[in-house]
Amino acid sequence: MSAILDVQNIEKHFGDTRVLEDITFSLEKGQALAIIGSSGSGKTTLLRCLNFLETPDKGRITVNGETLFDTADLSTQREEEVRRKRLHFGLVFQSFNLFPQYTALENVTLASKLLAKEQPDFKARKKQLFADIDTRGKELLAQMGLADRAGHYPHQLSGGQQQRVAIARALALSPDILCFDEPTSALDPELTGEVLKVIRSLAEQNTTMVIVTHEMAFARDVADQVIFMDGGVIVEQGPAREVIDHPKEERTRQFLARYGEN
Amino acid sequence: MEVLAVVVGALNEGFLQTLKLFVVTLLGALPLGLIISFGSMSRFAPLRWLTRTVIWVIRGTPLMLQLIILYYVPGKVLGYSPWGTGEAGRFLASAIAFIINYACYFSEIYRGGIQGVPVGQQEAGLVLGMTRRDIFFKVTLLQMVKRIVPPMSNEIITLVKDTSLARIISFQEVIWAGQAFMKTSHGYSGLLWPLFFTGIYYLVFNGVVTVLLGRLEKKLDYFR
Repeated sequence: MSAILDVQNIEKHFGDTRVLEDITFSLEKGQALAIIGSSGSGKTTLLRCLNFLETPDKGRITVNGETLFDTADLSTQREEEVRRKRLHFGLVFQSFNLFPQYTALENVTLASKLLAKEQPDFKARKKQLFADIDTRGKELLAQMGLADRAGHYPHQLSGGQQQRVAIARALALSPDILCFDEPTSALDPELTGEVLKVIRSLAEQNTTMVIVTHEMAFARDVADQVIFMDGGVIVEQGPAREVIDHPKEERTRQFLARYGEN
Repeated sequence: MEVLAVVVGALNEGFLQTLKLFVVTLLGALPLGLIISFGSMSRFAPLRWLTRTVIWVIRGTPLMLQLIILYYVPGKVLGYSPWGTGEAGRFLASAIAFIINYACYFSEIYRGGIQGVPVGQQEAGLVLGMTRRDIFFKVTLLQMVKRIVPPMSNEIITLVKDTSLARIISFQEVIWAGQAFMKTSHGYSGLLWPLFFTGIYYLVFNGVVTVLLGRLEKKLDYFR
């Protein structure tokens, strides 16, 4: 199997602070990768680099053999192409970031409808295109267990429901790789289960995912691969159960022990 | 009773001018303010500083002074008045001064409203492949409008009353019409009450404005 995502030597500074250093990993299609590590270890910045919300200072990102970003190749850094490249990735935020003025269904379909307008035959087929998008949006919400919440506004939904709408929204554009940035960290403990369940079912359907998480048991069960980060570098990576149950590095052991105590 | 009808007729005529200046100022200043707010948030520093300097000067000096300068100075410099001599010229000069002045105030309200929308909203739009233009019009704009209705209401109510400043260049708005009865107007002399009566116009009109803006606020209550 060939890698769908290949990340080489990513480096990122904020001013004088080095946030990411020599980050290299790859991910195969249909696999889930969990990134673990304490706060400030660079996990979120790495995810933001993949989604082009941050521009790496060094390195290369390849998806499906297409080089999306390469500091050595200026032609990959054109601003106008970034928007198209972002569509390879979906991102689910820690704080949901749903659009408050739109219903759950509208949140899921908005971007698809805007993209549909760029099609050359949009005017002639507008009705059909929008109907198809709405159908797909409803299917996604149903898949999230939210069929009866399509017409609700975000403030009328619980945190867990909002995050599931956000997952549906990210899936609507059929990204190659779906990224999660601590998807349950902003939720009350009793609501984390419903969101983790949805992510678990996505993993069972072989959705390619990169998940930044503090849920160690979840990472161990759901992810195929695990990366442990500390101080902006990858300390250890490998199969999930191996890294979490039998860590090789001292720093990984210490981190996991701290989590075991909590 | 006859005198009341005459006074009300004259004041109505004046108030029509007040209303005209109010509407034209809003129509001009609402969009111009948005453009100025983009300038004051620009990533291009010289444009940002230029815009902020203009805002500082316009907000930092009296509107009455701006009216006088705009109406009289071009005539002194050019040797003839670009505004002409009639009421139409006075209206045009007033409208331009008001639009510039209010656009600067509005721009700061817009800026606060736009910057108050969480950055996560923009990022959510970006990762969904939306253009910056789409993100502004489809995501940010309505959230900004909701935020700025209360401060905007304040400015709009002030504008209703500020239109009276245009009488400094003899624009014949409602207070000008009321004050005329103190001397002689429409055959009546030395009447003081028409001037006070103009206050009723402002009160009623601001009542209407308050109700309308209240409705808008309520209409945007469907989301948080």
